[in-house]
Amino acid sequence: MGKQRVKFTFEETLVKEPVIYELGRKFKIVTNIRRAEVGETLGWVVLELDGEESEIQSGLEWVSSTGVRVDPLGGDVIDG
Amino acid sequence: MAFINGLKCRECGREYSAEPLNVCEFCFGPLEVVYDYATISEVVSQDSIAKGPLSIWRYKDLLPAQGDDPVDIMAGYTPLIKAKGLGKQLGLNNLYIKNDSVNPSFSFKDRVVSVAATKALEFGYETIACASTGNLACSVAAHCARAGVRAVVFIPSNLERGKIVGAAIYNPILVSVDGTYDQVNRLCSELADDYPWAFVNINMRPYYAEGSKTLGYEVAEQLDWRLPDHVVVPSASGAMFTKIWKGFNELACLGLLDGVESSSFGVDQNTVHHPAVKTKMHMQQAEGCSPIATAWSNKQSQVIPVQPDSLAKSLAIGNPADGIYAIKVIEKSEGSAYAVPESEIVNGIKLLAETEGIFTETAGGVTVSGLKKLAESGAIKSDELTVVYITGNGLKTIEAVEEVVDPLDIKPSMRSFEEMFQGAK
Repeated sequence: MGKQRVKFTFEETLVKEPVIYELGRKFKIVTNIRRAEVGETLGWVVLELDGEESEIQSGLEWVSSTGVRVDPLGGDVIDG
Repeated sequence: MAFINGLKCRECGREYSAEPLNVCEFCFGPLEVVYDYATISEVVSQDSIAKGPLSIWRYKDLLPAQGDDPVDIMAGYTPLIKAKGLGKQLGLNNLYIKNDSVNPSFSFKDRVVSVAATKALEFGYETIACASTGNLACSVAAHCARAGVRAVVFIPSNLERGKIVGAAIYNPILVSVDGTYDQVNRLCSELADDYPWAFVNINMRPYYAEGSKTLGYEVAEQLDWRLPDHVVVPSASGAMFTKIWKGFNELACLGLLDGVESSSFGVDQNTVHHPAVKTKMHMQQAEGCSPIATAWSNKQSQVIPVQPDSLAKSLAIGNPADGIYAIKVIEKSEGSAYAVPESEIVNGIKLLAETEGIFTETAGGVTVSGLKKLAESGAIKSDELTVVYITGNGLKTIEAVEEVVDPLDIKPSMRSFEEMFQGAK
């Protein structure tokens, strides 16, 4: 079992989609939202995912495939 | 000793002791250093700073790591040069260049890494790590060599070999990751959770970022404890931009600027704006990776991450950690943000080289082109005191300007030379 902290960013067309609910249903992952802001044209959610590492990886790939952007918490860590 | 009380969440305000931690355990917001300014105000003065070493550690009382025996390759105290040639070209009579390309590993990263490495040793770490495509890797590897500790540097596998020579020469453990930009990002975040290493811009980030405040301190000191009317700064994560501003405001609140009375830092040290600080903060990003400039110009409440695609690799951070805080600084200072067209980057490098004799990397090309735009638009008036920050050396991105090599080809005879030379004149 492991935990991963991530940020999901939803563009306008995806703001109303229940992506986090589906993530918990499709994969054996517990989702724990800590901070979020949802507007009409943009939404973001900071959350912790709890589950087997392989489930989390598969789950994040599925989230990315929906068009939701997945980023590590705290922004990009690759620096120039 | 470092005059700090601990860390504080920028979002929910929860406080933590000074640990290697960058995220609030409650809301996952970013953590910032909390200083003991009451004690700092008793020990720091213009004179105490003047007696310090000619490096960032002359400001040790204002940094979050102990400054008595720092990991120091003499970062900082770089030249502030009156830019007569560039100023004449742009119609600016009072223009200065802060030339940070002459740091020991040839970029401003030495400032932040010196602080992070010093703090990492304080915490007892024996390995210092980072993920980088260039400047940060060089600086981490150099500081680890100096400190005699292990460096682990992660690079994307498609990175050109030439980009990493400046880091590899210091003999770090180089890890080439076969994955996309996003995958490398994610892997390094996970590694930071699992390995007992000091990742300079992950678990050491609150301390690391503070090193950029010295870019503000130095400019003020070199201007005889005055602040400029405008500063023009390149930006990737937004951290350096916000820390220059923080540095200016710290100096004002501590009464270190000429003619400015000391005053309270108020309820939040990180958002304080002293009324004497009237510097307009102008941010420059490259169009191929300009999430902060785009958010500012579109008046968005959030910074939307982008996939970087820019010639200015050292500014290519698609998901900037300090983006939203940088926008607040622009607003408070009545500054601006501009996305410089990719086609203008090389022109900016050439303009600086041809007018001032300074060869900068692509990030500097972005900055100079942005400065040109500000001058042409009238946002900076001709007599206003302006400082442009040049943060990296041109030898790091030679491939961007190889086209300038266009010699006169002659035969080994006087006649051939004179014919060609007459034509060239």
